[in-house]
Parts: sequence; C-alpha cells; structure tokens
Amino acid sequence: MARLKRFPFIVMGFVLLIAVWQIAAIIGGHQAALFPPPLKVGEALVSIIVDGSIFTHIQISLFRFFTGYVTAVFVAVLLGLVLGRLPVVWQVLDPVVQVLRPVSPIAWSPFIVLWFGIGNMPAIVIIFIAAFFPVLLSTVSAVKKVDKTYLRIAANFEMSQVETLWKIVLPASFPMVANGLHMALGAAWIFLVAGEMVGAQSGLGFLIVDARNSLSLDLVMACIVVIGGLGLILDKGIHYFETWVNRIWGGTQ
Amino acid sequence: MAGSLVSIDGVSKTYGEHGPLVLNNVSFNIAKGEVISILGKSGCGKSTLLNCIGGFEAMNEGQVLLDGKPITKPSKRCVMLMQNYGLLPWRSVRKNVELGLESAGLPKQEAEERVTHYLQMVGLTDRATSLPSELSGGMQQRVAIARALAIQPEVILMDEPFGALDTFTRYYLQDELMQIQQREKMTIILVTHDIDEALYLSDRIFIMKPNPGEIHKEVSLKLAKPRDRSDSDFQHYRELIFNEFQFTQEKATIEFNI
Ligand SMILES: Nc1ncnc2c1ncn2[C@@H]1O[C@H](COP(=O)(O)OP(=O)(O)O)[C@@H](O)[C@H]1O
Ligand SMILES: [Mg+2]
Repeated sequence: MARLKRFPFIVMGFVLLIAVWQIAAIIGGHQAALFPPPLKVGEALVSIIVDGSIFTHIQISLFRFFTGYVTAVFVAVLLGLVLGRLPVVWQVLDPVVQVLRPVSPIAWSPFIVLWFGIGNMPAIVIIFIAAFFPVLLSTVSAVKKVDKTYLRIAANFEMSQVETLWKIVLPASFPMVANGLHMALGAAWIFLVAGEMVGAQSGLGFLIVDARNSLSLDLVMACIVVIGGLGLILDKGIHYFETWVNRIWGGTQ
Repeated sequence: MAGSLVSIDGVSKTYGEHGPLVLNNVSFNIAKGEVISILGKSGCGKSTLLNCIGGFEAMNEGQVLLDGKPITKPSKRCVMLMQNYGLLPWRSVRKNVELGLESAGLPKQEAEERVTHYLQMVGLTDRATSLPSELSGGMQQRVAIARALAIQPEVILMDEPFGALDTFTRYYLQDELMQIQQREKMTIILVTHDIDEALYLSDRIFIMKPNPGEIHKEVSLKLAKPRDRSDSDFQHYRELIFNEFQFTQEKATIEFNI
C-alpha cells in the first residue's frame, strides 16, 4: 500500500530530473557530444542493451563486486566476532583501524596493481577494502553490546568458546551486523567503478573509461544510469534482508 | 552438614577490592529436593548470593559446595532462571528449550523427546514454533522453566522469576511450579521480595538483612503442600515473617518513610 502511494512521487522525481536535464541541454547550447541530452542517452542505452554488450559488462562487474564484498563480509565478521570478545587486543588494533579506515581504497591502487596484477583482482581488492572496515567496526561494536544475560546462559550451559560465538554472540549481534552489511554494500558499490578503472579490460567502470576515450559521452551517461539503477536494486535487496532480520530478532529486546 | 546437596559455607563478598561488604559470612545448607527462599528487600544482596551459588560471581571468603565439591564456575548442574527470562529471541520456543541439550551429546531422538516432554509439562506444546516475542511474559517464563528443566539440573536457581508478571499470572505460575517440583523433586533456591511467594513455595525461608547482607532469620514452614493462601496457618506465618522483616529495617528509614 505504502509503496503504491509513493509510486507517483517516484515517477515525478524522475520526470523532473529528466526535464531539468533536457532544459539544461537546450538552454546551455552545448554540443550534444559534450552534454548529451536524455534522448541521446536513451538511444545509447537501448543500443548497448540490444547488442547485449552491457550484460557482459554487468555480469563481470557483479562477479567482481560480489567476490570482493562477500569475502570482505566473511573475513570482517569472523574477525569482528573474535576481536569484539578480546577487548584488550581490540584496544591495540582499534587505533590502527582508525588510521586505515579513512584512506580511500583507491589510494592503495598502485600497490594493488603491483601485488595482484591487472584483470579482476584490482577491482575485487578495492571492493574488499571498501566493504571490510564498515563491517568490521559494526561487528566489533555489536559484539561488545551483546546482552550479558546471553553470555551468562552460555556459561551456565557450559558452551565452548566456539559454540558461544556461533550460537549466542553472532545471532545476538546480527541486527547491528546487518546494518553494517547494508552500509558496506553502498560503500563498496561506489568503489566498483573506480576499481574497474584500475587495470580492468571489462566491466561498467572500464566501459566508462573506454567510452570517454572514444568521446562517446552519451554512452558514459548510459553507463552511469545503469550503475545507479543496479545500486538501487542492491540497496533494496539488502534493505529487505535487514527488515527481515529486525522482524525476527526484534520484539523482546 | 552431612546429606545436604548444597552447602553455603561462610560466604563473604565485596564488589571490587575496597567496595562495601555485600555479603557477610553467609552459611546454610540445603537438602536434596528442598525448596528454599531467600527473602529480603531490594539491594540486600540476594542476587549476589544467588550468583555466588551459581558460580557466576567469585566470593572473597568462604565457599559453596555442591555435593561436597566447591563450585568455581557456572555449570549445567546448577541452572539459573533469569528475571528477564533470558530467552534467545531469534530461536523458536522449541529451539530455546533445546539449547542446553545441543552440546550434551544426547542422541537426537532423546533430545527431541525431552524437549517435547518439558514443553508439554509447562503447557506450551502448541506454541513450540512461536518466537519468544510472540508470547506473553508468563509464557516466556514457562519456556525458560522448561529450558532449565530439560537439562535436568541438580539445582535450579531463580532470581525473582515472577516479579515482572501480573498477580493472576504469578499465582498461576507459582502453582504450576509447585506442582512440577512436587513431581520432579528438584532442589530450588528462590530469591524473592514477595512474602506470599516465599510462603507458598518454600520449605524454609531465609530472611536477609542489608548492609552488610546477612541471614537474619531462618523460618521452617511446617505446612503441607499445596498450600492455601487464605488458610489461618498461612496467615500466621505471614505475620511472623512480616514482623521479622521489621527488625531488618533500619529504624530511621521507617520513621522517615512515615
Ligand atoms: N556488579 C556489581 N558491581 C558493584 N556493586 C554491585 C553489583 N551488583 C550488585 N551490587 C551492589 O551489591 C548490593 C546488593 O545487590 P544485589 O545482590 O543485586 O541485591 P538484591 O538482589 O537483593 O536487590 C547493592 O548495594 C548493589 O548496589
Ligand atoms: Mg536482585
């Protein structure tokens, strides 16, 4: 119901955006090649859809994205679960993380290319870095906030450390971790394009560089539309996941 | 004392090195199958004492013996029921009751049967697949009771288990607990500030006084169970305990309150 009510507003927003864009293109009097109007972009979009090339790029981009993101989530959640339970160790590592975290993953690209070569790896590693820190930090703080009652139950039922992590700490901290996953997804998606500009020969980021080199700015813009659209779909997907988590976990706390 | 299941032997406790004395030389024994209540005002150290018995808190002096062996850490032999029920909200009722059995090395079928048995005992068979958040407070506490029973511990520790419930639910659960205890003969140590609850359930009541927490008086109840709350003997004990309670109050606070 709420979605249906919002639908006209969503449509209106996009209509407005395209109208402003079109007007700017007309009033600005730029060459269509430098500032492509909506229609030209639409044509470019249709052409790459029709010849199917966009799907190959989307496919490889999504492959890199999920490889980097899922690996980051696994490593960061595991590390976060353990570090959250070792406050002293975390006190030592926290400053280091705070220094590394604000560094844009792109800043590492010279090293990444040297260490991992070109191809899929630079994009994957950059996405990994982008997703890693938000997930790690939200997991550590979630673990620290786990209700002491649950830990008492784990002790009372003589659970091993591993069992306690798996059966108590992970699920208890899951809503906050899920929130971290959501934030990390957005952050990582932003770095997909930049990652693919570093030594990739395919993917949406490469397509943008390639189109720019041949001065097809309508194609650049079409790519931007695709990236935005996919980002929106991913965000919605994880949003539903988060809502589901909160429905199951919420209530009694 | 020979033949006692739990011996609390000269337990003293402070929080932190220089904190005030919360428990001072508390000693008593509990026999197998006995229900005892620790009754006292809020802040007198009841929870602390229960935590020491369960192995959740270390004590400064003294020891707690279970079957003659000192308790040093929490164990399945001595299960604590939390005041806020302590159910895991992401697990169904059934999975909550199963929690303590998962690492017990029980054959799967036996574990399932036990869960079913104890769910039935607390009357929640039809809610087995519900999440805790879908249950009332009284039902949640029954799940917690089933979860504790399923492990078949030697001692069950209860910290104001019915404190957050309305009067009717509380009476109902007290009744249920009493019947289960009569049947299963578990040993129960119950912490409460509710005189009627202590009178209804216990074989012996220990009245605690605060600052520092000490056992002020032990009252043995020679009343058959199930008890009638309106019975004249019941009233007699209530009066007796109420009077004892007056002694545990510091004079100044009473006058101040009036
Ligand atoms: N974890 C703790 N750290 C410091 N002081 C505590 C802690 N737990 C309880 N106390 C203090 O010990 C005293 C007894 O508390 P408690 O055992 O909870 O009493 P009761 O359960 O009878 O209300 C109180 O003065 C309380 O402030
Ligand atoms: Mg208490």
